[in-house]
Amino acid sequence: MPPVGTFHHDKGALHGITVVVRTADGGIWIGRCDTIDAAGVHLLDADRHEAAPGAPSGEAWLAQAAAYGVWPRHPHVLVPAAGVSNVERLGTLRK
Amino acid sequence: MPYDPRLVEPMRRDLTSAGVEELLTAADVDAFMRRPGTKLLVVNSVCGCAAGMARPGVKLALQGANRPKHAGTVFAGQDLEATAKARSYFGGVPPSSPSMALFKDADLVHFVPRHAIEGRDAQSLAFELVGAFDQHCAPAAR
Repeated sequence: MPPVGTFHHDKGALHGITVVVRTADGGIWIGRCDTIDAAGVHLLDADRHEAAPGAPSGEAWLAQAAAYGVWPRHPHVLVPAAGVSNVERLGTLRK
Repeated sequence: MPYDPRLVEPMRRDLTSAGVEELLTAADVDAFMRRPGTKLLVVNSVCGCAAGMARPGVKLALQGANRPKHAGTVFAGQDLEATAKARSYFGGVPPSSPSMALFKDADLVHFVPRHAIEGRDAQSLAFELVGAFDQHCAPAAR
């Protein structure tokens, strides 16, 4: 498999890649990674898991996203670096 | 705003030269989807992050023994009306490009979203598509 990344060598290895960002408070964001810098993870066309009564669990939401993707409800999001606990490619979660 | 057609042309030809039918309007997509049998609909894209592997992967897969009866493509960011119409057949699947949808008549039976293409090589992607073709397009499965 070729290395993950794009032709934009100044943007980092995950630029253009759809990622799952987990936060320390249990939150989950999914979006196309633009950059990761000191401020945090900049996502484009992102969505997040909303924990609410009757809503799917985080893992169920992730499984659905891994199969089909997410709706671009947030054109640009910065997930603050202090809250980020993990960043991984959504494609690795696809069954 | 659509891309410069001169930029897109080689990316269109990459698929059409392999026999994938270009669907330029919503009417083209509707007519394609009305055809009976198995159909592969590819949402092509300029995106170098994924489309650069998507097109060779599709071409490789279409060389297999089991192939969809029809193969068509729309170009995201260029043929806006056709792309929107194509996505209307994907049901509740969020938009992504590049992506690939395999239909059996009107039923979506396999979908490869953009994030499943990112970071893969053409052979790996073709392997997934061939698996779907074997399952849904083999003579016994039609």
